[in-house]
Amino acid sequence: MATSSDNGAPALEARHLTLSWDEGEHVVARDVCLAVGAGEVVCLVGRSGCGKTTILHALSGLTQPLEGRVLLHGEDVTGRPGRVSYMLQKDLLLPSKRILDNVCLPLVIAGTPVHEARAKAEPLFERFGLSGTERMWPSELSGGMRQRAAFLRTYLMGNDVTLLDEPFSALDALTRADMRSWYCGMSRELGMASLAITHDVDEAATMADRIYVLRGDPRSGVPSAIAAEVAVPRPAGNVSAAEFALTPAFLDCKREVLSLLG
Amino acid sequence: MDSHSSEPKAEPTATSAGEKDGASRQEGVAGGERARARERRERRARRRRVAVPTLTVACILAVWQAVVALGIVPNFLLPSPVQVVYALAADASLLAMHSAATLTEAALGLVIGTAVGFVVAVLMDRFQTVSLALDPIVTVSQTIPTVAIAPLLVLWFGYGLAPKVVLVVISTFFPITVSLVGGFRSVDPDLIDLMRTMRASRWQIFWKVKMPAALDQFFSGLRISATYAIVGAVIAEWLGGFSGLGVYMTRVRKSFAYDRMFAVIILISVLSLALMGLVDWLQRIAMPWKRAERKED
Repeated sequence: MATSSDNGAPALEARHLTLSWDEGEHVVARDVCLAVGAGEVVCLVGRSGCGKTTILHALSGLTQPLEGRVLLHGEDVTGRPGRVSYMLQKDLLLPSKRILDNVCLPLVIAGTPVHEARAKAEPLFERFGLSGTERMWPSELSGGMRQRAAFLRTYLMGNDVTLLDEPFSALDALTRADMRSWYCGMSRELGMASLAITHDVDEAATMADRIYVLRGDPRSGVPSAIAAEVAVPRPAGNVSAAEFALTPAFLDCKREVLSLLG
Repeated sequence: MDSHSSEPKAEPTATSAGEKDGASRQEGVAGGERARARERRERRARRRRVAVPTLTVACILAVWQAVVALGIVPNFLLPSPVQVVYALAADASLLAMHSAATLTEAALGLVIGTAVGFVVAVLMDRFQTVSLALDPIVTVSQTIPTVAIAPLLVLWFGYGLAPKVVLVVISTFFPITVSLVGGFRSVDPDLIDLMRTMRASRWQIFWKVKMPAALDQFFSGLRISATYAIVGAVIAEWLGGFSGLGVYMTRVRKSFAYDRMFAVIILISVLSLALMGLVDWLQRIAMPWKRAERKED
């Protein structure tokens, strides 16, 4: 999996995206510019209904923006799905497939023979904390384990950019904290670029290297725009997320984001 | 999962997973006792589920036998259960022959009806125009009473196999279509989007996501269709034909052999139940993940 491109362009970049609901009738977000580098975890924070998911849809290529471009390592991929991985709040595992076949799905869809796909996925189960679940059905797993499986499936999509739509919010608080730090560790370790959207400022500040603050109220006719970019003062070394969350630096950062959200 | 706890602590992944495993092992010990208690409870519940309806049926049969034996209803109007069993035994080979005819018509009609229902459902799901065009027709076709069109079918297709099969097809395709369309629509749109981000084709989305998701509702529809199939075949035979349980029924009715009348009614019920059992068995084969889901509950 490529970690960075030769041309020095960020892994994922959005240039002046303007997005709408119902084909241009209703502008949701205006002039959205953002960039995510390899090995970076970036959060886009905004209130509910401010158009975060719409932006993610456009970045994934599922929808076409009114204006602007989406670049992947400098290459224009606007409106072309399948180039970046997408992970949602729901794990969306297929109940009719065992975990091994669920995580193999992107490979099989891309045309890899089933036995080859399985051979490729099986060695990864241990690293993703999923050993022993290969032959199980999704309904037999806990929420956290299902989310791990969903992440392994996302990883096997083979893209180095992952978009996350509130991926941990369906989990209970403790599992969520565990999964969050586990995910960020994995993502940085694998040199992936991750962009997560969330309305939870605490979540953003514990996960991210940088935070984009999205402000606006498109439902009352005020299109959202990126109000600011905040760097998270992540401590160097091995400080756990829980400890970091108690430091003054963390609280300052959180205060700043909250005030920007208005 | 045990492998994690032995891994070095340096890797954050292994540590958190290992801790969780330790907790689940402790839960495992307490869980064993709880599982046994639950099993006992379940066994008791299962016994009750069998015993109560069996007793009810036994009571009804006893009352029925008593009513006839005491002469409350004259015997020539109502045969006793024992007489019905005798009639069933006496006519066994004749009934077997007629059953075979009915089952052939029902099976043939059900297979064709399911195929038609499947194709219609797929087209309705794929093309909105087809859905709009067929929705009212499919619904109206179900308001037509089968007994009313059966004589017409006899008129058009004669006394042979064709009118029976056509009637069975008409009465079985509807539950299949409705259940499949509902099943296809029950798929989470986010899941379709996710498949699109994997660059899945429409064909792949259909076979990997939509069809498995629709199976549950499809089998509910098929259960209903299976009972309709037997009843449809019998009605068609009743209105004209040379063999089948419907033909047998008209004959024993004309000779006032009420014991045989009851015998054939019971036989039809048994055949319908057997067909439903077959559908349930097919569902268990086709949906192995359902068993795991039920266990979780």
